[in-house]
Amino acid sequence: MAQQTLSTPSSATTTIGIQRKPSMLRSARFQENFISTVATLICLVGLGVVLFPVFWMLSTSLKSQLEAFKPPPPWMPNTFHWENYYDALTTNPFGVYFRNTIYFSLMVVVAEVVSNSFIAFGFARLRAPGRNFLFYFVLATLMIPGEVTLIPQYVLFARLGWLNSFKPLIVPAWFGSAYLIFLLRQFYMSIPKEYDEAALIEGASWLTIWYRITLPLSMPALGVVAIMSFIFHWNLYQGPLIYINDNSLFTLSLGLSMFQTPFGGTPWHWYMAASLVTILPCIIVFFLAQRFFIQGIVVSGVKG
Amino acid sequence: MLGILPREKLARREAMWFWFFIAPWVLGFLLFRGLPIIASMVLSFTNFSNSSVRPTEFIGLDNYFKLFDDKIFYKSLQVSFLYTLFSVPLGLVFSLGLAMLLNQKVPFLGFFRTAYYVPTLIGGSVAAAFLFQLMLNPTFGVVNYFIARMVGPNGLIPLGIQGPGWFFDPKWVMPSFVLLSLWGFGGPMLIYLAGLQGVPTQLYEAARIDGANAWQRFRNVTLPMISPVILFNFITGIIGSFQIFTPAYVISNGAGGPAYASMFYVLYLYLNAFRRYRFGYASAQAWLLFIVILVLTVLALRATREAVYYETPGDEKAA
Repeated sequence: MAQQTLSTPSSATTTIGIQRKPSMLRSARFQENFISTVATLICLVGLGVVLFPVFWMLSTSLKSQLEAFKPPPPWMPNTFHWENYYDALTTNPFGVYFRNTIYFSLMVVVAEVVSNSFIAFGFARLRAPGRNFLFYFVLATLMIPGEVTLIPQYVLFARLGWLNSFKPLIVPAWFGSAYLIFLLRQFYMSIPKEYDEAALIEGASWLTIWYRITLPLSMPALGVVAIMSFIFHWNLYQGPLIYINDNSLFTLSLGLSMFQTPFGGTPWHWYMAASLVTILPCIIVFFLAQRFFIQGIVVSGVKG
Repeated sequence: MLGILPREKLARREAMWFWFFIAPWVLGFLLFRGLPIIASMVLSFTNFSNSSVRPTEFIGLDNYFKLFDDKIFYKSLQVSFLYTLFSVPLGLVFSLGLAMLLNQKVPFLGFFRTAYYVPTLIGGSVAAAFLFQLMLNPTFGVVNYFIARMVGPNGLIPLGIQGPGWFFDPKWVMPSFVLLSLWGFGGPMLIYLAGLQGVPTQLYEAARIDGANAWQRFRNVTLPMISPVILFNFITGIIGSFQIFTPAYVISNGAGGPAYASMFYVLYLYLNAFRRYRFGYASAQAWLLFIVILVLTVLALRATREAVYYETPGDEKAA
């Protein structure tokens, strides 16, 4: 693009640097190629550094116990001990943890997608006195640390008899979250207002407009919300730690952090095998939806 | 007259629909935020323990006075401050650098953008805490092995430097946690990337014609144009780093050791509330945290007011 506009003579005749034009062009192109090559190299090296811990997790998960504790740690295990996965996942009831985590995160994802798309519709598409003030208020609540409300919420849920269940974590998700409202609102604002007006003239209610027009048009943004919510709740630790006591209700992160070993100590090869399995669903979901996700955020522009 | 009446009626109807749509948020705010905030303030003036054994008494500002005498509380405040002081600026620079890198004309850009985000999927999890504990182990950890090979007594450059004790050495606990936090650079990186894509290319072309070099273009075009995004990442970074809990709890086994070096603010709050059932005391801690975050946010906004450039006057972008 840059070269094209520079090389058209009509646009360059008025600029002062006519004489220097060819050399400038060459140096600009050279500089661009140079930057691109260096950037690619740094990208590759950086990726190696940044993903090295993941490689290390995989490598350790396949080592023998001896190799996992050897002072100069071997890069790769001598033989792949795939049985580590079986051992690690059967000494603790990881099947149950998996089921609990899937149940919990899917329930929250559904709740957050529905509620936030609903609430954001109000803020983005409907005019009312005080709307902007209220929206800034929603944004301001982002600053309230969860810890301030944690204890009264705990007491409230304890009185309701909701302790040792996922209700304290799922029910509030039906009432929206400030960050996701903000994200979806930004996206909704980019949908032309004419759609709503046309539908209104046709006699549609706002509820129909939300459900039949806005939702289908904002699938990428809803996808982003769903993925963000899924990854966040899949890894969530503090909430389940506070509300869940019963081992049969543990999520993966809880189960992993309280990994019991039959002979004590810290069997790192098992820890890494179990860790890798717990994060794998996140990585798979992310790769399946990555185009969606990266594009959605980069395009809808979550800006301050 | 005839034309005005229906329009007014329409506007009123639209406003009613607005309240209909945001009703869940209003209800949720009152139930799970507003009332608990007030309740938390009230609790902070009591010795509430959520048990029938000890009756709850109103004890005024006692919790706050006790906090100011509590050495561990000061330590936790210091730990979280130091953590914020290092992890937030380092994270800002690191993620901006990567975003700039991924904003270049690089082959397989889509792949790179995706792959660089992977650590962030794991970053705050229990698994990541375990992983860093293993990699930073002083005796059989890969990081110290690498340090020994590079600058150890028999290393590539024999400086005789030995790897530190990381999570085992009170002096090195903080750098260890900062390293772990840097691994979650993907979130701010994506937001930077969105900001960088929004900078008009004409500005770069104009700067280039004026003879600006790469650094000058970065300093005079990129930085001012994405300054609102930097501010956004800065403030969310401060708020997030003060609330760090999972790695601290998992790595120190819920003890905040060694020598309270990993007693982060929220970890101490959690221990007071859910281990010792000192709910009143913990509520006072929570309120002080709220005030600290509020003050830091306002300070950050004030300090950057001159430095942040907005395309349109006022807050048009957000509205």
